[in-house]
Amino acid sequence: MNKYKNITLNGLIFQNPTFMLVLGTCPTLGLISSASSAAGMGLTVVVILTLSNVFISLLKNLIPNEVRIPCYIVVIATLVTFARMVLEKFVPDLYDSLGGFLALIVVNCIILGRAEAFANKHTVLESAVDGLANGFGFTAALTVMGIVCEFLGKGSVFGLQIMKFKIGIFASPAGSFLIFGISIALFVYILNLFEQHKRVKVNRLARENLLNTEAA
Amino acid sequence: MGTMIAIILAGVFTNNFITVKTYGICPFLGVSKKTSSAAGMGIAVTIVMVLATLVTYPVYRYVMVPLKFDFLEIIFFIFIIASLVQMLEMIIRKLSPALYNSMGIYLPLITTNCAVLGVTELVIGDMSQFLAGASMNVGWAVLYSLFAGLGFTLIMILMSGMRERLNYYKTPKALAGFPTAMVTASLICMAFMVFTYIQL
Repeated sequence: MNKYKNITLNGLIFQNPTFMLVLGTCPTLGLISSASSAAGMGLTVVVILTLSNVFISLLKNLIPNEVRIPCYIVVIATLVTFARMVLEKFVPDLYDSLGGFLALIVVNCIILGRAEAFANKHTVLESAVDGLANGFGFTAALTVMGIVCEFLGKGSVFGLQIMKFKIGIFASPAGSFLIFGISIALFVYILNLFEQHKRVKVNRLARENLLNTEAA
Repeated sequence: MGTMIAIILAGVFTNNFITVKTYGICPFLGVSKKTSSAAGMGIAVTIVMVLATLVTYPVYRYVMVPLKFDFLEIIFFIFIIASLVQMLEMIIRKLSPALYNSMGIYLPLITTNCAVLGVTELVIGDMSQFLAGASMNVGWAVLYSLFAGLGFTLIMILMSGMRERLNYYKTPKALAGFPTAMVTASLICMAFMVFTYIQL
């Protein structure tokens, strides 16, 4: 059970694909000016990433090592083609707002990265958990930045008008770059603080233990 | 003539791949620390973009659409791009080892570059806003991909110049690396926002 907890925490926080590894930046920067398209992109990636991890983990003994990357790309491209058809038929609004970035999921480094770094070495269940964790790490990052960016750029959140103001720059890629940069810095800063705090606590415990043993 | 100017302006300035469409950000952030490598990457991406469009556009328009399997375009395009990159790598290694040493290391990375798949997907979509009334054909598609690639190269070189200067300044620990690069990129985008007001 501890193993799955580690995989989940790594995907969500310690190796968060967006903030820590800075992968899949094109859709992130292109879509965070609207919270709903950012969240939609995230959820699409969750489905594709989990399925691709599962399929590649199932096929890992069949795929020859020399041509593994083209094989992974075929699996991913097939899944993306399916996702595109499903979205076009059932969620046409999301299909329109994702635009070209839907086809570009094929070359999203997160999916190929997880296939190469995780799914081809682990069991099906572990790969599925890893896909879900990384996908939701990506979705959470995109949604948070999307909410901030949309609020500053249009005064609305998920399309609901909250305040009547807008700062035009945040509705354009310039603002997306700015928000993304500041978010990475904040995330790293908070994680560092948390780790320092943990280290201080560990140090204090160690010292107390030492004092106790010396006293004894 | 008017169409040609409109396509050139759209590719380089008003619809720049990095500052407006945010395609190809991975090499933009990853390979922009030195001007020489940024220029090499930019030129390599431009060449692959032009060759990929030259192959995928006719294949899509004259083979896939008449035979009604255009829904498989993603799989076909990524395969064409991957084999093209592999072939280009072999040819360059055979013909010019010096060029291979300076540019070849970027070639395998280009397969998974959004800019290449992005341009091949863009030219088969609705391009009417750039065409100024002319009808779409292979020539316009290749011209658009060439100038989109040159626009990409331009931003790569600008960014690498700024990052080379930034090396001399102290940045806070949390801001070092990617965050600084993103803020720099944001400033470049703001400068390029001026061009989005041009009406073609």
